[in-house]
Amino acid sequence: MMTMTEPIIQIKNMKKMYELGGETVMALQDISLDIQKGDFISIIGPSGSGKSTFMNMIGCLDRPDSGEYMLDHEEVGKMKSSQLATIRNEKIGFIFQNFNLIPKLTAVENVELPLIYRGMKAAERREIALEALKKVGLVDRANHLPTQLSGGQQQRVAISRALAGQPPILLADEPTGALDRKTSKEILETMSLLNEQGHTIILITHDLDVAKRANRVVRIHDGQLFENGGEWFADNQDGTEKH
Amino acid sequence: MQTIRMALKSIKGNKVRAFLTMLGIIIGVSSVIVMVAIGQGSTKEVQDQIGSLGTNVLTVSVTGSDVTFKEDDASQIQDVSGVEAIAPTISGRVTVKNGQTNAQVSTIGTTSSYLDVRDLQLQSGRFIADLDNDNHSKIAVLGSDTAQTLFGFDDPVGESVKVNGTSYKVVGVLESVGSSLGTSGDSTIIVPLSTGQRLASTTEIGSVYVKVENEDMINFTSRRIEQTMYTIVGDADSYSVSSQEDLMETATSVNETMTLMLGGNAAISLIVGGIGIMNIMLVSVSERTKEIGIRKAIGAKRRNILLQFLIESMVLSSLGGIIGVGIGIVSAQIFTLTTGTTIAYSVPVILLSFVFSLLVGVVFGVFPANKASKLDPIQALRYE
Repeated sequence: MMTMTEPIIQIKNMKKMYELGGETVMALQDISLDIQKGDFISIIGPSGSGKSTFMNMIGCLDRPDSGEYMLDHEEVGKMKSSQLATIRNEKIGFIFQNFNLIPKLTAVENVELPLIYRGMKAAERREIALEALKKVGLVDRANHLPTQLSGGQQQRVAISRALAGQPPILLADEPTGALDRKTSKEILETMSLLNEQGHTIILITHDLDVAKRANRVVRIHDGQLFENGGEWFADNQDGTEKH
Repeated sequence: MQTIRMALKSIKGNKVRAFLTMLGIIIGVSSVIVMVAIGQGSTKEVQDQIGSLGTNVLTVSVTGSDVTFKEDDASQIQDVSGVEAIAPTISGRVTVKNGQTNAQVSTIGTTSSYLDVRDLQLQSGRFIADLDNDNHSKIAVLGSDTAQTLFGFDDPVGESVKVNGTSYKVVGVLESVGSSLGTSGDSTIIVPLSTGQRLASTTEIGSVYVKVENEDMINFTSRRIEQTMYTIVGDADSYSVSSQEDLMETATSVNETMTLMLGGNAAISLIVGGIGIMNIMLVSVSERTKEIGIRKAIGAKRRNILLQFLIESMVLSSLGGIIGVGIGIVSAQIFTLTTGTTIAYSVPVILLSFVFSLLVGVVFGVFPANKASKLDPIQALRYE
């Protein structure tokens, strides 16, 4: 496919610092990364590696101190927070570890959420949301509240919420972290399937088995990014950092 | 529209809390409506009564205690041009007794012209005649309440009553005139002027009711009477000449002040209700921090979050306002049915208190809503 080689994310020399108790912590030091359209990439790293900070940057929840971030041909590194909200709404579908569904809303209403903030009409919204639920096989649970669904079902609702707005990128943060082994497998298979359908997927995890699902694994460590994360972790069998 | 539906949903999800939050507004709005209805009702009642007394009557009152003003002096007013008739009076309070029944009533000593000047009607019998006045006759005309208290449904004409221990013959009973400013015009006993003066142990006149020939000239006539009074009394501070219109103005302004005070009290309770809303909204914001984080991550702008919480507090307060209007009207109705007091609903006040409740929702919703909209999505998502 022609589109496979078109970069959807281009990050150049991204840096981010934090003030923590009067001390400056270099969370990201000079990270560069290109992600092609249709990629399935895993970002792996232990807690405290800067993984979460990097995810917040990719997800446009935070801004880098310096460096460039081109997302789908738009420079988002210096955008205002209201512009970032629009970018998040249109370009990124979030999948969280603990599903992050709004408990008072039914499954279909949760899926509608990103469309509400696009100002879409109610009838059109409902139609798209039901279509998205159908993709993950939960259309018969559309009017259930999150508490009436199992963990795996909730995560599938969350995935269809991420898909509903047809964003170019799916950003999954430990999507299987709160699920048992069997359900995790199902969720990961769903994601592989979505990738085969052409969705660009960024998977953030600390679990090598999960990370290996992706075509490409990068490793983040002490705020720096290394390619071939999979091989590195294979050499350090227990998957934890050694100092 | 979507935001309002969302707000209703979130309110429905916590009915007891929503009701308690609205309670302040409900009490505030309903008390505004009840208080103003009662206040304006009494204003209207007083206006009606004063108006019914006739607008062609002036009241000349002697207020100074060291001036003398006798019947002869009063008759000079009769000579003022534009005056049709006068009725000099002396009033006091007496105990009237019929057998074992007695009553405290106000007594008015006056002349035969009083009936015409005050535009009163007789229920039965006759009024005081000039001859009674000349003879210091011990006769009395009873107000309708006095008659009913002492004689029940029997006709008192021809019977006798004891006024401060002395026997008086009842010659007539007046038609009811109603009560004004809390004093009944029917709990009276009318005696001849000379008899009244004897009862009060004085030779003076208290006040003179003056009927003018031409209603349109009443101010003109009033000024002439003032001049005459000045020549008689010689002290401008010792008498007053007032028309029913003056009385009405005074009564209305008293009532307006009362209405304003009642309304002000109720408005304060509305503000207190608003603080209650703010309190609950702040709790709601911190409870829903995670939700705010999710919404922001998914693409809600600050404006969306601000609007969501603002509309929620507005829906809360206006719902409270609507319930308050309903309860206010119903309880004012119950009040008038149980006490018989006149009430008057004021549509502008009802609308105003509803709009005010809406405004309370906006004003006290801004702070929590702003707080919610400013949350950092990363922090909010991490919140458990």
